[in-house]
Amino acid sequence: MGRAVGIIGVGQTHHGRRTEMSYPDLVREAVVRVFDDAGLTPADIDGVVSGTMPSMMEGIALTHFYFADAMQAVGKPILKTETCGSTGVSIAQTAYYWVASGMADCVLAVGHEKMNEGNAQATMTTVVEPFYQRYFIAGAPGVFSMQSQMWADRYGIPEDKIRDAAAYISVTHHDSAFDNPYAHVKLRVSMDDVKNARLITYPVRLLDVCPTSDGACALIFASEEFIRKIGKKAAWVKGVGYRGEEYFFGDSDKGVWQSAVQSAKQAYDQAGITNPRKELDVAEVYNPFTFQEMLFYECFGFCGFGESPDLVLKGIFNRKGELPCDPSGGVLCTNPIGATGLIRVAETVLQVMGKAGDHQIPGAKLALSHAMGGVDQFNGVMIVGSEL
Amino acid sequence: MAKEYKTLMTEIRLPYEISYGATWTRFFEGMAEKKIYGTKCGRCNRVLVPARSFCPRCFVDTTDWVEAGQQGTLTAWSYVSYRYFGMPTEPPFISALLRLDGTDVDFLHMMGGFDMSDFEQTRKIVKNGMKLRAVWKDERQGHILDIKYFEPA
Ligand SMILES: [Zn+2]
Repeated sequence: MGRAVGIIGVGQTHHGRRTEMSYPDLVREAVVRVFDDAGLTPADIDGVVSGTMPSMMEGIALTHFYFADAMQAVGKPILKTETCGSTGVSIAQTAYYWVASGMADCVLAVGHEKMNEGNAQATMTTVVEPFYQRYFIAGAPGVFSMQSQMWADRYGIPEDKIRDAAAYISVTHHDSAFDNPYAHVKLRVSMDDVKNARLITYPVRLLDVCPTSDGACALIFASEEFIRKIGKKAAWVKGVGYRGEEYFFGDSDKGVWQSAVQSAKQAYDQAGITNPRKELDVAEVYNPFTFQEMLFYECFGFCGFGESPDLVLKGIFNRKGELPCDPSGGVLCTNPIGATGLIRVAETVLQVMGKAGDHQIPGAKLALSHAMGGVDQFNGVMIVGSEL
Repeated sequence: MAKEYKTLMTEIRLPYEISYGATWTRFFEGMAEKKIYGTKCGRCNRVLVPARSFCPRCFVDTTDWVEAGQQGTLTAWSYVSYRYFGMPTEPPFISALLRLDGTDVDFLHMMGGFDMSDFEQTRKIVKNGMKLRAVWKDERQGHILDIKYFEPA
């Protein structure tokens, strides 16, 4: 680990269909809020990291130029990262490394997406080469459904049980979104609604899938020295992990997803976590698809492989359970992709600072955030705690 | 009622000329002859398909060309019931991962050759581990879609 790094400000837009606003103005909404929250000004910032989906999504290649004014980045070093779904965690880790290295004291991290302006599934097909895999990836739902199907079959999980558990996740997350003022989809759904929703890519149905959201999120990362000097409370970064996969979808095992397993292990080792289900107080697991969320519980060691559907149905991972997952409503209810991973980090910061409002998990001190990206290539994990 | 603001409908069309290189070129020439070529790694002895110039695990050049079986076993599948940009055929169709005979990685393509308009019926037919075989187009161009689909064997 480098030197200690804390997160001292959180700014989120109200996520949703934001056609009343241009893209730079939407980014600025989050940036204004992060400066308000941290009590800092752009003059305090040493560097800026931002990112989006692959630029095919935006239709504008250099978003860090397009948003330079909205992020108050002019005259400062600026970096861009785009790793599809994991962009937000990539941004957070870039900002973390920058401060941890000692090369900056205070870094602004901004993730953003206006999903309603482009075509997300078409963009995702362009992640892979145009002569083989592009045809069959079928956007995000296609590959992730295949992965879920492989995992369920591997562990012999009965179809009815996994369907019930996924529906339970959908119902509880949709309920949670009502307690998150920034969440996009606010919809009461029943188990039957989920199970009877329109089929998208088997086994995924419409209410198992995240929405198309516009939104931005901004965080401020600072060194321990900077934080002590200004006398602010911080959420401290305890561990980070990131891994990628081999390029060809069929080359590596997706049923036990190694990049997810290893990114969590790297973060746990740094944070000194040996029993995540017991030691973590809350997790924001990247869950654009309900079925995928269960695979992550297992890859992250929250339970053994093949066990998650039973534990989900017992309520282990709901807001009153042993390890609450996605009390914000998660990606399932809000997905401005370039911001989504950073929102996961932001939500864990709010939790360990006791500032999560109506979806606060009482007494949360240690929290895991996660995002996956590429089409099925990347996993990134960040762990924050209330104590250094 | 909230005021409606203007939006701009626009698109970007950019030309690319992407090199296949020697290995992909030979692989796609094989497609035109109804052959699915893989390459073998001399270090880990895995047969990789589609053919590669190097083994991604051992990071050494592959040594031998191998013709993969026309049959294989289904590893994972997804019933695709929505339309997307660049899709290979009209939905519904089945994206499939399959392990071709004589190879050591999964091949990504699609299933076909039976009526899949009704999902509940389809689900009774499609099972991981089932045997599949390649069905080729009559007119082939050295393209991945020269294989029409893989059908139950
Ligand atoms: Zn090898």
